Amino acid sequence: MQTITKNNQSAERPLGTGVKGTSVIKSEGTMEQNVFEINDLNLWYGNDQALYGIDMKVPQNKVTAIIGPSGCGKSTYLKTLNRMVEMVPTVKTSGSIKYKGEDIFSNKYGVEDLRTKVGMVFQKPNPFPKSIYDNVAYGPRVHGVKKKAVLDQVVEKSLKDAAIWDEVKDRLNENAFGLSGGQQQRICIARALAIEPDVILMDEPTSALDPISTLKVEELVQELKKKYSIIIVTHNMQQAARISDKTAFFLNGELIEFDDTDKLFSNPSDKRTEDYISGRFG
Amino acid sequence: MLDTNQNNIQKRIRGRVLLNNVLKVLFFTSTTVGLIFLALLLYRVLTQGIGYLNGNFISNFPAPYPEEAGIFAGLIGSIMLIGIVAPVAIVIGVGTAIFLEEYAYKNRWTKFIQVNIQNLAGVPSIVYGLLGLTFFVYMLRFGYTLIAGGLTMALLVLPVIVVAAQEAIRSVPADIKEASYGMGASKWQTIRRVVLPAALPGILTGTILALSRAIGETAPLIIVGAATAIYTIPDSLLSKYTVMPIQIFNWTGRPQEEWQFVAAAGIIVLLIVLLLMNAIAVFIRNKF
Repeated sequence: MQTITKNNQSAERPLGTGVKGTSVIKSEGTMEQNVFEINDLNLWYGNDQALYGIDMKVPQNKVTAIIGPSGCGKSTYLKTLNRMVEMVPTVKTSGSIKYKGEDIFSNKYGVEDLRTKVGMVFQKPNPFPKSIYDNVAYGPRVHGVKKKAVLDQVVEKSLKDAAIWDEVKDRLNENAFGLSGGQQQRICIARALAIEPDVILMDEPTSALDPISTLKVEELVQELKKKYSIIIVTHNMQQAARISDKTAFFLNGELIEFDDTDKLFSNPSDKRTEDYISGRFG
Repeated sequence: MLDTNQNNIQKRIRGRVLLNNVLKVLFFTSTTVGLIFLALLLYRVLTQGIGYLNGNFISNFPAPYPEEAGIFAGLIGSIMLIGIVAPVAIVIGVGTAIFLEEYAYKNRWTKFIQVNIQNLAGVPSIVYGLLGLTFFVYMLRFGYTLIAGGLTMALLVLPVIVVAAQEAIRSVPADIKEASYGMGASKWQTIRRVVLPAALPGILTGTILALSRAIGETAPLIIVGAATAIYTIPDSLLSKYTVMPIQIFNWTGRPQEEWQFVAAAGIIVLLIVLLLMNAIAVFIRNKF
C-alpha cells in the first residue's frame, strides 16, 4: 500500500497555545477546543438524501481536510456549515450543528451573522467585477464600515495576510478581472479575511489553479491556520496530506473515517479509506 | 457504417456546399428587402419633409397654414409624457423583476405570473388605451390629461421592462452572488451592491427600447383623449396635451398635399428623437 507522508511544516501544534475563541475546560482539566460540533446531520435535496448521520468535531486553529470521490457529499457538507447549501430551495436538513456551542439552525442565530464568522472561499475564483480595493472592502462595507482610513487599513492587512499585497499594491484601483487565476483566488481569500472570520471554509480552492499558484495557496493555508480554523475540501489527496492536521474521508454521503491526517494516510482503520487513498477507486 | 466510396463522398460534399451557397443568397435577399424598404421610407420622408424642417417648425404651435405649422406642442408633450412614463415604469418594472427573480419562491404561481407578464407584452396597445380610459380617465377622474396619458403608457411598456430587467438580473453570474452571501451580506445588500450594478446595462437598454416604443405609440393616446390641436404646452399634470405621433396623424389626414410634407417633417423630428434614445442605449451598453 502506498502511503503519503506529511510535510514537516504542518506538524501538529500543541493545543491551546495562543489561540482565540471560546474554550471548554473539561473537568479533567484538559482543553478541548472545537469550532464546530456536528451531530447526526442528515441532508436531502428534495427526496434524494445526500448526507447520512454525520458526526464530527472540527478542531480550532487546525486545518481540517475533507476528501472523497466526486459526488460523495463533501462540498454539500462544507456548504452546510455556513448554511450556503440553503441557496438550493429544496434542501432539508436534520440533526444539529453547533458553532462554538450555538446551534446554527436556531432562529436567533441569523445566517448573516453565521457567515460573518464562518467565511468561505469558492472553487472557482469569483471576484466581483470591481477594483481590487472594492473587492476586499466589500465585506467591511456590507458590515457598515464607511471610514476610508479604516477601510484602507483593512484592505492592506487582508491583502498582506493573503500574501498578495506586494503583487497588487500599486494597482489597487484596477479591475480584479485583470489578474491571473491564482492571483484572483488570493484576492478572494483576502476578501474573505477582511471580515475577520473565525473559520474559513475552502471548497476545492486550488482545483482551477496551476501548480505554482496552488503551492502559493497551500503555503498561505499554513500561515492562516495560526489565526483561523480552516476546513478545506480537496480532490487532491496529496494536498490533504501536505496541508492538513485532520482529515475526514467521505463516501456516498457518509463520513467513513475522521482522524489525524498522519494516522489516516498511514494507518487507516477502515478498509474503504485504505482502498481510496491507495488509489483502488475514486 | 460510413460510405467510404470516394465518388459518393465527393458528391455529398458538393451537395452540402451548394445548399450552403443557396441559403446564403436567400438570407442576403431577406436582409436586402428590409433595408430597401427602410431606405425608401427614409428617402420619401426626407425629400418631402426637409423643406418644412426648420427652426420655426420646431418652435411653432399648430397653425391653419402649412408654412406656419409647427410641432412644438407635440415635441414638448412627448418629452413630458416620457417624463411620467419613465420613472413610473422603471420603478414598478424593475421592482417586479427583482421580486420575481430574487425573492419569490419558484412555484406554480410565480410561473403563472411569469407567463402572464409575457402575454401582456403582446397585448395590442389599443387595449391598454381602453384600460386607461376606464381606470385613469373615468374612475380616477383624471379626464383627458397628461397624467392619464402618461400612466396609460407606463402600463403599456411595463411588461416589456419587467421581462428585460428579469433577463438582465438572471444573467448575473451565480458565483458572485454566492461570494456576497458568503460574507454575510443580506439579500438586499447583495441585490444593491452586486446584482443591480451587473444587471444595469441590460436593464437600461431594455428600458430605453421600451420608452422608444412609448414615444411612437398613437392608438392608446387617442383613446385616452390626447388633443389633436393645442396651442399651449402643458403646465401641470392635469393639463391637456398632445404628442408627436398624434400631431403627425392629424396632419396626414388633411386633404391638401402640403400637409403631407408637414407630416413628413414631423416624422423626421420623431425619428431624430428615437435615434437619440437608441444612441443613449448603445452608449450605456458600451460604457459598462
